[in-house]
Amino acid sequence: MDLAMKILVVDDFATMRRIVRNILKQLGFTDIVEADDGSTALEILATDKVDLVVSDWNMPKVTGLELLKKMRADSKFKDIPFLMVTAEAQKQNIVEAVQSGCNNYIVKPFTADTISEKLKKIFGE
Amino acid sequence: MDVKLINPFISATVEVLGTMAFTKASVGKPYLKKEEVATGDVSGVIGLTGERNGSVSVSFAEDCILKIVSNMLGEEYSVVNDDIKDAVGELTNMISGQARKTLDGIGYKFDAAIPTVVVGKDHVISHISRGPMVAIPFDTPNGPFTIEICFDEE
Repeated sequence: MDLAMKILVVDDFATMRRIVRNILKQLGFTDIVEADDGSTALEILATDKVDLVVSDWNMPKVTGLELLKKMRADSKFKDIPFLMVTAEAQKQNIVEAVQSGCNNYIVKPFTADTISEKLKKIFGE
Repeated sequence: MDVKLINPFISATVEVLGTMAFTKASVGKPYLKKEEVATGDVSGVIGLTGERNGSVSVSFAEDCILKIVSNMLGEEYSVVNDDIKDAVGELTNMISGQARKTLDGIGYKFDAAIPTVVVGKDHVISHISRGPMVAIPFDTPNGPFTIEICFDEE
């Protein structure tokens, strides 16, 4: 896993962005950018070369699922790995996210080990 | 009220605080609460729809939530500010999500709204439903908090 990759963390709650950012830093990642919902994330994707998106599901304006669908429908972003980190833990949610092209899924609450393990799965390590 | 609706919120609360804030919460004896004045100084409230309509709140004493958020974010907090409010919203969200997962497993489907947070001594928590309000007190090494569960009756 390239620790210099640019990671976009998307969540409407600043707390959760900070928790995810702290964990990513703890795992050795250094290039982390944040967005407070899917529409801000799309603006960042349009200007920055992002290597991984870690996104919440429930957000105002553009939700995490909508962001995922928009990314998968766009040739520029369709191959960017997408990790959903959400409180939506019901089976139908997980199925819908995976069918929409989500690479992996974390249900809140979670530990640093969970994030590390899912990232290893996404990047085939 | 159906106890099946209550227990998932108790276990979700213990799990969320244990995992995200490294805080051990001990459960007290549930009681029927009559008044709307909150037991704590900072409360998160989330509306739920589906199997029944209602809402759930989590109300923290100031010292208790300051320590919980300090643990969550790895930074010391000594006053209730916007970071604390944001964190209470997210904690409420996570508790609701975990509880809904358990409820989904026993065939009860619920959707959740976006949580709101209220701050101040003796603030009032307005539950959406007029059904009975069940309060569950918890204790932590840094002070108490209470969850309230209120659903429409069948």
